[in-house]
Amino acid sequence: MSAQASQGPAKRKKVAFLDREATSVTEAFLQRLLVGIHTFLSNGLAVAGLTIILLLIAVAAFAPWMATHDPNLQNLSMALKPPSSANWFGTDEYGRDIFSRIVYGSRVTLYIVTLVTITVGPIGLIVGTVSGYFGGMVDMIVMRITDLFLAFPGLILTLTFVAILGPGLEQAVLAIALTGWPAIARLARAETMTIRSSDYIAAARLQGASSLRIIFGSIIPVCLSSVIVRLTLGMASVILTAAGLGFLGLGAQPPTPEWGAMTSAGREYMLDSWWLVTAPGVAIMVVSLAFNLFGDGLRDVLDPKSK
Amino acid sequence: MGRFFKRNKLKRAAQSLASVLVTLLLLVTLTFFLGQVMPVDVVSRLVGPDADQATYQATYERLGLDQPIIVQFGIYISRMVQGDFGTALLTGHQVLDDIIRVFPATVELGTLALLIGAGIGVPLGVLAAVQRNRSADHIIRIVTLLGHSVPIFWIGLMGLLLFYSYLGWVGGGGRVEIYYEGLVETRTGLLLVDSLLAGDTEVFWSAVRHIILPATVLGYASMASLCRLTRSFMIDQLSQEYITAARVKGVSEWNVVWHHAFRNIRVQLLTVIALTYGSMLEGAVLIETIFAWPGFGQYLTNNLLLGDMNAIMVCVLLVGVIFITLNMLADLLYKIFDPRTVQ
Repeated sequence: MSAQASQGPAKRKKVAFLDREATSVTEAFLQRLLVGIHTFLSNGLAVAGLTIILLLIAVAAFAPWMATHDPNLQNLSMALKPPSSANWFGTDEYGRDIFSRIVYGSRVTLYIVTLVTITVGPIGLIVGTVSGYFGGMVDMIVMRITDLFLAFPGLILTLTFVAILGPGLEQAVLAIALTGWPAIARLARAETMTIRSSDYIAAARLQGASSLRIIFGSIIPVCLSSVIVRLTLGMASVILTAAGLGFLGLGAQPPTPEWGAMTSAGREYMLDSWWLVTAPGVAIMVVSLAFNLFGDGLRDVLDPKSK
Repeated sequence: MGRFFKRNKLKRAAQSLASVLVTLLLLVTLTFFLGQVMPVDVVSRLVGPDADQATYQATYERLGLDQPIIVQFGIYISRMVQGDFGTALLTGHQVLDDIIRVFPATVELGTLALLIGAGIGVPLGVLAAVQRNRSADHIIRIVTLLGHSVPIFWIGLMGLLLFYSYLGWVGGGGRVEIYYEGLVETRTGLLLVDSLLAGDTEVFWSAVRHIILPATVLGYASMASLCRLTRSFMIDQLSQEYITAARVKGVSEWNVVWHHAFRNIRVQLLTVIALTYGSMLEGAVLIETIFAWPGFGQYLTNNLLLGDMNAIMVCVLLVGVIFITLNMLADLLYKIFDPRTVQ
């Protein structure tokens, strides 16, 4: 390395970092990272999506400072007031400040999305790769089970699980996660099957690596990028499903400031007080749009062939 | 050689039939065991809280609940095969009768929604592909992205607020104005068709005013996904060499797009549309709740809220069967219409 550097530093300097051949794993990684970041940043919509998500996280983290009122404080003399300088998005039927409830609702949304994603991702990834790697009987059983899950529109299966588990936020998260893993498993399985018989897996096997080591060391890292893309795009539908459950009264229960439940509660007063349903709906839409945009941008970077 | 292909085809058909049957069996098993873990005492629901121990015991035994679980499962399957899907716990109605009664309303809504979704989504997708990376494409992309991101129940509420409450252009909840209810004889269960058959234009227009908003809202989501898929199918085709050849030959752009490229995506599109039809059921659950639409979605939601497990399980079974059937149909369409799969 040092010999090379001393031989032609002048020549080297002219070649941009990205154009030169990587000489180490770290360098190759850094190059790819830079190209990826550049691709992502050149997609304005994706950057907008990421910005909104970061904002959402900030709002959730600093909710007590962002909110202008206590989200659960009832004040019947202030009920159903239209948007004003005191109550930016108006007040609901109990006189609670809608803006503050939306601010606190971001915590509920993030809680659901995070919990679902960190359960669904690893489970789907492991089930899919194991099933794809071993094939045979294991694979057949897993495939039939995922077939069964994928034979339903997501919301209806989720509703069924909620019916068993009972209404509530934790139950909704569990139900959404139960319906979510098969899609990830399928994806991971398909990726595994395409790389299962490639040379570097064979090489690892010849070196005496155990199946477990091959799956975790050589297969999962390769599947990871497409799974991450799918999970990100899936976050938008997790938000919509959770909001739908809340709207039907089967998700988060009052007085939790969940956006779907807020929309549902506002329905009764909607004809006279339009702001009750407008604000939480817009919140759901903006956040879900942000995850869709971010996921799209991420796909262009991580998984360009599936575009 | 011909014979070899035929046998091969038969084998493939048998294989796919077998896998469908396995999925169906799994589905029935799933609903059975879900019914087992439901935290509901079926017997006390049936006999009421005041029944004495003997009545309770009798009903308990009549339902076969004293049998081992495997035997119960056998009874469950044999009842299904005979077409007995059990009664709703709360109303005592046959669940199957209930579903047959409410289903046409959902079919009517879903079909119209699909027509709207495909009728707008497919041409928009073609336009987006032709105008790729130009402003029309970007606008369409944003419209479809919104369709993927907006909560369908919220659009429904906003639609009601704007078009019903402020503008008064459309009807509110329900399938017709309340004073037209039951005026038209039920023949197909599809109110639009029934009222036309009866020659009652007043009811027909009332029904149109009521269905147009929920169908449009429901269609919007399917429009978004159909548009995106059409766009990517078309871009695939338009980048092929035969398109360049056609252009070089001097074929007009209109003919290149519609007579060359579009013809080649019709099969793919048909398959996707068949699958989209099934996913209407999902949106219907929320839309029917908002628009007081007396269909399958509302029936399911009501039973979910009441905790009537028998009814829920039959609904779930039905949705599964519909989806499996549509999947099979989509496969079949592909095999019939794609010339490459015809031997």
